Amino acid sequence: MSKPYRLGSGGRLVDRTKKVSFTFDGKSVSGFQGDTVASAVLASGQRVFGRSFKYHRPRGLVGLGSEEMNALVGVGLGARHEPNLRATQVEIFNGMAAVSQNRWPSLNWDVGAINNQLSRFFPGGFYYKTFMWPQSFWKHVYEPFIRRAAGLGKAPEGRDPDSYEQIHVHCDVLVIGGGIAGLAAAEAAAANGAKVVIADENPQLGGLADISGGAIDSQSLVDWTAAKGAKLYAAENVHVLNRTTVVGHWHHNFVMLFERVADHDPALLSQGVPRHRLWKVRAHQVILATGSIERPIAFANNDRPGVMLASAARGMVERYGVAPGSNGVVFTNNDDAYQTAIVLKHAGVGVRVADSRARAEGALPSKAREMGIPVDTGSVISAVNTTWGGLNITGVKIASYRKGQGRVIKETKAEADFVAMSGGWNPALHLWCHNGGKIRFDDALQAFRPDKHHDHITAIGAANGHFGLHQILEEAYHAGSKLSGHGNLHPVPTAQQAEERPLEPIWFAPATGKYNEGNKHFIDYQNDVTAADLELAQREGYESVEHTKRYTTFGMATDQGKTSNINGLGVISEASGKTIPEVGITTFRPPYTPFSFGSVAGVLTKDLFLPIRRTAIYQWHVDHGAVFEPVGQWRRAYTYPKAGETNHQSIDREILGVRNKVGLLDASTLGKIEIKGPDAAEFLDRMYTNMFSTLKIGKCRYGLMMNELGFLTDDGVTVRLSDDHFLMHTTSGGADRISAWLEEWLQTEWTHYKVFVTNVTENWSQFAIAGPRARDVLKKLDPSFDLSNEALPHMSFVEGKLGAYPVRVYRISFSGELSYEVATPSSYGLGLWKDIVAAGAEFGLEPYGTEALHVLRAEKGYIVVGDETDGTTTPIDVGLEGLVSKKKADFLGKRSLEQSFLKGPNRKQLVGLLTEDPNDVLPDGAYAVRHVKDKPPMEMIGQVTSSYRSPTLGRSIAMALIENGRNRMGETISFPLPGGKVVRAKITDTVFYDKEGAKLNV
Amino acid sequence: MLVVKCPVCGAEGDETDFHAGGQAHVRRPATTDPAHVTDEEQRDYLFIRINPKGLHFERWRCDRGCGKWFHAARDTVTMEFKAFYGITELPPMDVIAQAKGQWAEYFEHRLKSEHKA
Amino acid sequence: MKPRYSVFSLARNAMNYHKDWERAWRSPAPKEEYDAVIVGAGGHGLATAYYLAKNHKMTNIAVVEKGWLGGGNTGRNTTIIRSNYLQDPSIAIYELARSLYEDLSQDLNYNVMFSPRGVLMLCQTQHEFRAFQRTAHANRLAGLDCRMVTPQEVKEIVPIINDDPNCRYPILGAYYQPRGGTGRHDAVAWGYARGADAMGVDIIQNCEVTGIERDGGKVVGLETTRGVIKTKKIGVVTAGHVSTIMDMAGVRMPIESQCLQALVSEPIKPVIDCVVMANTVHGYMSQSDKGELVIGGGTDPYKNYSQRGSFPALEHTVAALVETFPIISRLRMLRLWGGIVDMTGDRSPIISKTPVEGLYVNCGWGTGGFKAIPGSGWVFADTIANDRPHPIAEPFGLNRFQEGRLIDESVAAAVAH
Repeated sequence: MSKPYRLGSGGRLVDRTKKVSFTFDGKSVSGFQGDTVASAVLASGQRVFGRSFKYHRPRGLVGLGSEEMNALVGVGLGARHEPNLRATQVEIFNGMAAVSQNRWPSLNWDVGAINNQLSRFFPGGFYYKTFMWPQSFWKHVYEPFIRRAAGLGKAPEGRDPDSYEQIHVHCDVLVIGGGIAGLAAAEAAAANGAKVVIADENPQLGGLADISGGAIDSQSLVDWTAAKGAKLYAAENVHVLNRTTVVGHWHHNFVMLFERVADHDPALLSQGVPRHRLWKVRAHQVILATGSIERPIAFANNDRPGVMLASAARGMVERYGVAPGSNGVVFTNNDDAYQTAIVLKHAGVGVRVADSRARAEGALPSKAREMGIPVDTGSVISAVNTTWGGLNITGVKIASYRKGQGRVIKETKAEADFVAMSGGWNPALHLWCHNGGKIRFDDALQAFRPDKHHDHITAIGAANGHFGLHQILEEAYHAGSKLSGHGNLHPVPTAQQAEERPLEPIWFAPATGKYNEGNKHFIDYQNDVTAADLELAQREGYESVEHTKRYTTFGMATDQGKTSNINGLGVISEASGKTIPEVGITTFRPPYTPFSFGSVAGVLTKDLFLPIRRTAIYQWHVDHGAVFEPVGQWRRAYTYPKAGETNHQSIDREILGVRNKVGLLDASTLGKIEIKGPDAAEFLDRMYTNMFSTLKIGKCRYGLMMNELGFLTDDGVTVRLSDDHFLMHTTSGGADRISAWLEEWLQTEWTHYKVFVTNVTENWSQFAIAGPRARDVLKKLDPSFDLSNEALPHMSFVEGKLGAYPVRVYRISFSGELSYEVATPSSYGLGLWKDIVAAGAEFGLEPYGTEALHVLRAEKGYIVVGDETDGTTTPIDVGLEGLVSKKKADFLGKRSLEQSFLKGPNRKQLVGLLTEDPNDVLPDGAYAVRHVKDKPPMEMIGQVTSSYRSPTLGRSIAMALIENGRNRMGETISFPLPGGKVVRAKITDTVFYDKEGAKLNV
Repeated sequence: MLVVKCPVCGAEGDETDFHAGGQAHVRRPATTDPAHVTDEEQRDYLFIRINPKGLHFERWRCDRGCGKWFHAARDTVTMEFKAFYGITELPPMDVIAQAKGQWAEYFEHRLKSEHKA
Repeated sequence: MKPRYSVFSLARNAMNYHKDWERAWRSPAPKEEYDAVIVGAGGHGLATAYYLAKNHKMTNIAVVEKGWLGGGNTGRNTTIIRSNYLQDPSIAIYELARSLYEDLSQDLNYNVMFSPRGVLMLCQTQHEFRAFQRTAHANRLAGLDCRMVTPQEVKEIVPIINDDPNCRYPILGAYYQPRGGTGRHDAVAWGYARGADAMGVDIIQNCEVTGIERDGGKVVGLETTRGVIKTKKIGVVTAGHVSTIMDMAGVRMPIESQCLQALVSEPIKPVIDCVVMANTVHGYMSQSDKGELVIGGGTDPYKNYSQRGSFPALEHTVAALVETFPIISRLRMLRLWGGIVDMTGDRSPIISKTPVEGLYVNCGWGTGGFKAIPGSGWVFADTIANDRPHPIAEPFGLNRFQEGRLIDESVAAAVAH
């Protein structure tokens, strides 16, 4: 029965002069420009588009647009493959490769369809009741099987070659939806001069006007919407976005729009156009003109390929010139679907109507009868007969029906190869609800419609539950006028439309056979949820609509319940005896339709994903073979291996270079914060644990900072530049955090202090010249100041020049050697660095990296906040009690140090460790135990915080936080390592090298 | 995504241009009388927070603007801001009047003690 | 005794088109008085009731719930189960929970789909590597089955991971808990509810607590929208809403309620068979049995009771995961949602007696409560039954905030999920 369904003429959107060919499951298909995959494939005679999620039943096209839940296809190859696209929204182009999904080996012969034969054993929620035995089978047998059977399309392979972008827009009025209501509202708002954005998910404006019937100002709706669209495109204060789905509405009228820029024409990509664009719109007013979505009817086997929505059936004819079949039945509970019968009849397709209402006396049914279309009122479809495997419809049974009737009493056979169904229309209120809009149930529509909203959002037209053309126009023009902010009322055109009589709800059509035994009345097609499943959930106590949803997965498919929602509530309502509003509704969540992760990441990928901060010397490091490590947002040189050297050898060489000659470190990442003002000294006394008001001008002091919990959070050397001016150094990762921290206290607690805090980290390049020959190197650079130990002793500061370079020189040391930290404005940084390298050559100066820095400091027992401390460590724990002022009444963290646990016994204290075997290097983070046992658990007494092989000492060294450590000097403790080895180490003090500090004061 | 307005420089922007800084009007007991802070007072200062469903008072910083901290009154359910006010200030009286529960108690106490002073 | 669920009962019921299944739990009216009442029918509350009945034979108890059972964070999380924490108290409770998960389906006769597919925590900086190495040592000595794995092993376990050594944060290794994984969140709540109900526990939904009645320093009952319920023991397990309930008893809490969001992609055929957490870039991902990629990130930075988060928090997470798993760029976000999480000052939970006699509280699970449900219920039930903290619950007492005895897991450089 796979005959081509393209009609001889018609199809408003297709250009029959332009053929387009593409493949569907590898088979060549040809269509016309303007076709979607859905229309072109259907036109080729192929009805089955995919297989359902659970039962693998063959499924065809149901909808016309974004509501489609069955006809999902994958498009594109390899890294450009995109799964799960709605065939109704995919515009075809030459060379497109589309594939069906969730079937193996092919659409018509799918092994998974065995699930359908066994479906009696798989009711809603069945997996909660089984697969429990034996225990290990869930992970290894049942679950892998379920996972393979589930899922829909396949993921692409490899990195996405295309680009994405985002754009921020502010507007007065955002109109969502380009149908009659949206166009009218946009026109009215624009006429008042408002800045308007109007977005529509389809390639063209007009919404469902082309299949709606009626006229405005004596123009056909197609002509009227085309004229209005053209006017908006031309208007300077209106931005029209096609192929753009509004995916979500957030707090304070933040709205996100997803534009498919190049999906319909990949040739655009080669012109540098992004594939998708995400619009972030902040709108003063949002007008919701999203229209409505037709709902199916729950009748037996209502999922057979060829059963579709009435709007889709006439849309296929009107838009694409494609007939849904040769002979069909329109099954309806309302007048609107008669338009489908009329359109089909005009197109020469055989059609009859089954209307569940007792009477159908409106204008449209009357017209249908006049055209000779057979109309059976008080009738439902009670069965759908198909060929083997359910692939093609061979006929239906039509049964007499009275409202509320559950069983079939009398039925007749009717020939048909398709069914067009309509259970009424639901306002598309998803976006209304995303940010907490209230809704109410409308008895006439048998649907929910918008009620109150706390944000500036207004629903109009069908989205607001209004279906009469005149009413829509009046509401739209009023809203557009009023919300433009000016209030000049735009004149409202007159409308002509056939009058429609009310629908009557039908939530369950009785089926051939006993009530609800074995017949499948699908509610959620894609997830294979039937009316029986919903009833079962109710019977089993999953009464809340959220329970029912989660137990049966109703509404959780990729269409998120667009067509199934109200039908499901209707079934639950009848099963529970509650009204639909009492049953309630599940929460609508963004997005309205799925949108790409690529668009969410936007340009923040590859190099722009968390961009690297680089010092002024970065490129020099690269050119000189540095290996890097990420430190905060920075990337710092880890070591500079020479040809043939391992990292390890290189690090050792760098360390010994500093100890014996001189080394150069790029310390520019170190945080530098200037603190200035009459209260600067007092302020620092509040911030630091130790005293800074007593610091003399030109002197440096090492300071500790705690958070208010009493734990160490940063450390560094601060210098007093003048009486009211300090420069604070922080850790490399800490600069931004600490400057914000200082600001916060200044602005929020000690608001009377007159102090400025300025983060100057990036303004200065700073280098450590460390080693016994450091002074010799500096001397060669023509210093404008006295470098002698007397004039510039350890922990002092001078500002001056090195040759032409303005510099700040700090005689401070993190290596234990004679050391100068030289800072110069960043723009001079690279020049000075190169000059230092040149000047140092004769003294053996070489650059050293962060790993050498760490070993050097560990040899001296200097702590690194973040290594020796972990956010639960106090200054006292690390042995720096002397830096916690007893004199100051208050500073940050002081009071918390008095808490019982912080001053309690048996705290972990920082100690040094020397392993018994000097070649054993303890792993970082290894734990010592009280007693070594054959197997865990073992009681732990502390952990290694830093551990290195020291080339200076020719042995391993480590620091550790050990319970009550300072009282255990000389004790040997044990570290059981993976694999059973136990390393024993002696507790020592933390200074392993130059204990008396002689090297510092030369 | 919220729209925040800085009462200091007037900048209005997305929440990402600002920094949310937790509950407003938390008193740091050690600032005024460091010698007599009880363990309970210190605990309350560090950890106990008013956590209302509804009107709340909090701190923000104008991160990408003037850099100043300020106060805001916001409904934690609707997310609507009711007021932005200075970091040393109390909220407008009409907003204080809408405060409930622990916030109402706080402002009553605070206004009384300031009246006395 | 309820009929047991099994493949045989399923087959038997299929013969009759599943018309004879019994209710999973009753819908009782509240009695006048109970021996104990649990406030909040989320996973933690229901597990508490289940173990009160099962371990302590307290069956004259009720669970009252404002909405529908399992409707809060239990049904909103990303279902990760792991126990590889750093601090001893955390290891104890999360490992108790994880080990109970191992045979929870059999215990409850309800398939909670515990799937020990492995949890992989990526090391993307030297600092993170060292921190996880420390955790690995601590966990090994505590007896946990966990290990560090190399970048090559990471690639073998997760072939879709970006292993470009020149990317922004190259994979330096990972910390792996092979017996961590995921479970079916709703089923955990439903299974506990069904199990508790079978032992006589009354689960009373749509019953909002409006007041806590006290006599002197003791609780004597609850006021609810369905009338007054007398009881001498009340266990409050209401996560993001705990401040409101405890306020009724005059107990102020160290809790802030924030919004945590999660999202899923459209379903696809299996591409990732374990949970991957990338803490440096703030994202984590796994794949559900339905085929959806389940993604989570950080909390919004401000108080929020709306169950609707702010988009920027997610945007960063998605960008991070696109970098980590480049193939997801062309996949699509299907649904995102938010839950109200209860954050404590040290980001560790509270399982505690309170200054009010007979009033117990279990909260503060923040962003990571699902994995703890069985353990949390177990020790909280014991605490309530015996009116003293269970040894595993003891470190999680309220008094720690006064003593400075914080349990800070951020030390391990891990976001607590």
